[in-house]
Amino acid sequence: MLSVENLTKVYRTGDKALTDVSFTVPRGQVVGLIGPSGAGKSTLIRCVNRLVEPSAGSVRLNDLDITRLRSGDLRRARRRIGMIFQEYALVERLTVMENVLSGRLGYVPFWRSFTRRFPPADIAKAFRLLDRVGLSAHADKRADALSGGQRQRVGIARALEQDPDLLLVDEPTASLDPKTSRQIMRLIVEICRESGLPAIINIHDVVLAQQFADRIIGLQAGRVVFDGPPAGLTEEVLTRIYGEEDWTAMRQAAAEDEAAEAEQRDEAKKMMRAL
Amino acid sequence: MTAADYPTRWKRPPQLIKSRFWSYALAIGAIVYLVLAVGTVEVNWQRVMIGMERGQRFVAGFLQPDFTTRWRDISQGLIESLTMTLTSTVVGVLISIPIGIGAARNLAPAWVYAICRGIIAVSRALQEIIVAIFFVALFGFGAFAGFLTLTFATIGFIGKLLAEDIEDIDESQAEAIRATGASWLQLVNYAVQPQVMPRLIGLSLYRLDINFRESAVIGIVGAGGIGGTLNTALNRYEYDSAGAILIIIIAIVMLSEYSSSHLRRWVQ
Repeated sequence: MLSVENLTKVYRTGDKALTDVSFTVPRGQVVGLIGPSGAGKSTLIRCVNRLVEPSAGSVRLNDLDITRLRSGDLRRARRRIGMIFQEYALVERLTVMENVLSGRLGYVPFWRSFTRRFPPADIAKAFRLLDRVGLSAHADKRADALSGGQRQRVGIARALEQDPDLLLVDEPTASLDPKTSRQIMRLIVEICRESGLPAIINIHDVVLAQQFADRIIGLQAGRVVFDGPPAGLTEEVLTRIYGEEDWTAMRQAAAEDEAAEAEQRDEAKKMMRAL
Repeated sequence: MTAADYPTRWKRPPQLIKSRFWSYALAIGAIVYLVLAVGTVEVNWQRVMIGMERGQRFVAGFLQPDFTTRWRDISQGLIESLTMTLTSTVVGVLISIPIGIGAARNLAPAWVYAICRGIIAVSRALQEIIVAIFFVALFGFGAFAGFLTLTFATIGFIGKLLAEDIEDIDESQAEAIRATGASWLQLVNYAVQPQVMPRLIGLSLYRLDINFRESAVIGIVGAGGIGGTLNTALNRYEYDSAGAILIIIIAIVMLSEYSSSHLRRWVQ
């Protein structure tokens, strides 16, 4: 369980990125964090594993106060928090396998990681995860040889290789096409359901967030302005988060997207059957 | 508004100096200074004639190079130079890796950064010949002084360029590795090394090139190698042997240039 209390972040420039943010995420819940650019979504999830140092407030993961940890303990806490990134953030010149195994770096001593001699259990786990995300044939390829969707799958496998208690997901679909975006979101949510893993997914696509998350938190200028079920995202709420916009038109466009995708799927099935 | 209402003439606005007066004044000033400066160079035409004659003999020697008479000296100098080049490059690169990492702002704390940048600045400020003279005075004539000189110069060169390359890495990859709970050494090994390795190999090969050329130069001030042999040949007016040495140097430099550019393309 993750609980964030009165989290505040003021950057050195004086910009207030987060003000008094509080929420709790129970086991197995997938939270969609939405809000306009610059609302503090990225800052918020980076404050959880302290890639960004919070200015005040506390972050507790299973009763461990992460904000008070010193460097060694922080590293031990970080290895229980998987993170998936916008633009994948894979190490491009390493192989897919090395990228997945890098999820174990917090657990193994330097000589093991340096010589790439990971414990057998870690290697088996990596192969299992690559199989789970559908990339077992690509283990020895260099990460930069993969397509966007495949890279993000490697990113997911890397995060899961950590044996996480929490998943932080930063704009997982920002550089993917609509169809791949849905597949990636579906994969992340499925995996969270399978293992009761809580996740915070920072996403700017409202429709995707509504479709896949159990709960939506809306951030506006560093403050929580909405916290509730996806069904609660009315036009009035969206306007509160993003400002005035034609929401009905946007939803219609998204629905058309999805309908087209479903149609494509049906047609593909028909073709398969015909063959 | 019709098309005719828009201006049909456009001139690029002045970029550097806005005022027309100052741009002309600076141009005229520069020309006047150049003329005056050339005027102060004293030319002793008689000495130039002697030089031309020597030059002719030199070119003649170059056209009829003598590899045989002094071959023992030449081969000894050559081996000394090549040994010096290789050892100093390897040792220099090995030392410059930790210094380069320390001089990268995104990896090192401020005090380490200051120290490593200081070492690099000192190494780059002193020209090879000056360093060579210093080391020859300390350790006597010979290849050891040359080895130390080239190692010292390599540290500044590789250290600076490596540090700059590390500062230019894709931070998101480093962030992702940091988020897994990796230690600092693991961060360097997994996020930084893969990103900078091709360039480090390329730079090392390039430095190997430079070190060979420099080994010929510092030999002249007594730091051993082919440069010493060349200097001796010139002092004895043996232009045919000198020509042979120069041809060998050119051949080796061309060879290493060609092969290192190939290798660099291959490691990308």
